[in-house]
Amino acid sequence: MSILVNEDTRILVQGITGHQGSFNAIQMQKFGSKVVAGTSPGKGGTEVSGIPVYNTVRDALVEKPNATFISVAAPYVLDAAKEAMYNGIDLIYILTEKVPYQDTMKIVSLANKLGKRVLGPNGPGATSPFSCKLGIMPNQIFRKGNVGVISRSGTLTYEIVNQITINGLGESTVIGLGGDPVTGMNYIDALEEFKKDEQTAAVAMVGEIGGTAEEEAAEYIKNNFNKPVVSYITGRSAPPGKRMGHAGAIISRGKGTAESKVKALEEAGVRVASYPYEIPSLLKEVLK
Amino acid sequence: MNLYEYQAKELFKKYGISIPSGKHVASEKDLQWEKFPVVVKAQVLTGGRGKAGGIKFANDSKDLMEKGKDVLAMSIKGLKVRSLLLEEKLDIAKEYYVSVTLDRSTKRPIIIASTSGGVEIEDVPDSKIVKYWIDPTIGYSPFVGREVAFKLNLPPDESKQFQAILARMFSLYEGYDCELVEINPLVVLKNGKVLAGDAKVVVDSDSLFRHTDLSENPAERTDLEELAYKRGYALVELGGDIGVIANGAGLTMATLDGLTLKGLKPKNFLDLGGSDDVEKVVGAFQILKEAKIRAILINIFGGVTHCDTVANGIAEAKKRVGIGVPIVVRLSGVNEDIGRGILKEHGIEAYSDMMDAINEVVEVVK
Repeated sequence: MSILVNEDTRILVQGITGHQGSFNAIQMQKFGSKVVAGTSPGKGGTEVSGIPVYNTVRDALVEKPNATFISVAAPYVLDAAKEAMYNGIDLIYILTEKVPYQDTMKIVSLANKLGKRVLGPNGPGATSPFSCKLGIMPNQIFRKGNVGVISRSGTLTYEIVNQITINGLGESTVIGLGGDPVTGMNYIDALEEFKKDEQTAAVAMVGEIGGTAEEEAAEYIKNNFNKPVVSYITGRSAPPGKRMGHAGAIISRGKGTAESKVKALEEAGVRVASYPYEIPSLLKEVLK
Repeated sequence: MNLYEYQAKELFKKYGISIPSGKHVASEKDLQWEKFPVVVKAQVLTGGRGKAGGIKFANDSKDLMEKGKDVLAMSIKGLKVRSLLLEEKLDIAKEYYVSVTLDRSTKRPIIIASTSGGVEIEDVPDSKIVKYWIDPTIGYSPFVGREVAFKLNLPPDESKQFQAILARMFSLYEGYDCELVEINPLVVLKNGKVLAGDAKVVVDSDSLFRHTDLSENPAERTDLEELAYKRGYALVELGGDIGVIANGAGLTMATLDGLTLKGLKPKNFLDLGGSDDVEKVVGAFQILKEAKIRAILINIFGGVTHCDTVANGIAEAKKRVGIGVPIVVRLSGVNEDIGRGILKEHGIEAYSDMMDAINEVVEVVK
């Protein structure tokens, strides 16, 4: 039945009148998501593609949103996330990039205490074909199926989802965690959900250099996960000390190398692909 | 953004963390000091300057002039020394270590402290290190300092000073959105006073909008990276000879990995990011034109960036930039058919599969 987002997800878009907000609100609608409201202070009473716009999240509660898409500028993300949590929104997706990490840390810590979920910042969101898309993934790459996908990246996620789809498989839910050093959900949070999800038979985990999240996920998979996992890790050719685009994708003080992640995953019984296109054939093998 | 020691110590002063008396010197004419001996410290954004000869002691004015000139003329690990910090020579009894930084695993700030200071903290055994995680919603409170000081087993007089310094370090860590505030060594003088011998501060570049008092330091960039940075591109130079343009950090890295696994050496990481602008594509070619390369691979998975935009950018670049090396293009995703049509009109066959494009690069540079 997919994870995180489904036909019961009612999306609020904070910052709906901005370029990203309005474009993606319409794309989510086209995908079939229930986009029930937007906020834009001072523009309450107007609408975007038939979606009612309110001045505040409090006002927008009349539309009963349970998830939010935040696309306000980086300096205002902490405030927007607090406004959503204070008003009881359960799932907070943050599209915005370049959010100061200490702001993200505060959002995540608060969310943990209040029992809310945070996805991102700086990620493509979550998509369950074809019941709900909360985020910015391209609409045409999906097919409904039994593979769960978790990734820290954007376009590389699309590449791999597309490979899965054109090779005759399909996805239960695709989760983009985000490319920052601190994000809300991590691999283990997503794996715990996929473990419980009946629709998901296998998981494709896309990782990259930086941090130790993949190693921690490998440890979790070894001890607690009962479904097959295949993986692709990028950044094998990245030199230490250089940020490869994502703020979180950096090998620092010898930690976070691709080799270390591949080794940890293989030791946990995960088949690791050398190229993205190998993911579908590995999936077919483990799904036999 | 890394700060120089003298900048970090200015912030320490602002937050009331004790530092040695000192003076920042950017030219020879300011090489003056009153109470000798004095320490001459090269200001560079890299570790290991002591071993490289970037820290010297001077005993009088003449000695200071000579050694100051020497250090100002140095390059350390390829970085030119642009200025010096002159500081009083300390009467050191003990050296400790203390830092506040981000722990990515727990998503919390972590305090790391040890009574074995003056060396790289990675070289200190875990048994001699105290770690303390801060809950971001509760924040720092004096009990944290007490607990860390007790665990370190500090004598009462040092403990009091240590706690004051730690509280102020944490205020600085939060106040300036730091990734790291590090004092190594934290010095105990023979007279019992505790102060910061060295200072390392790294500020989160994404937070600079609210720290307008900090001017941006020259980062460690190559000429090509500097050119790209000035024009607003995320480029990392890697030293090979295949130019790469892709969109999204993950896909760009995967492209570099693919070329590397096929035995080729990529010249660069260049991420077009979430743009949908013909000129941004043309500009990317203009940057790569300045690099010595044998071919260019463009790998696009269209989402926010539409394939037709990229195709128009490539066609424009072909007309205006004059590239002079083979171009291999892969286009998939939003508007891929329109994009391929545009390229065909300009004599370029675009691939839809990333591996086919990588294999074609292998062919064209044979």
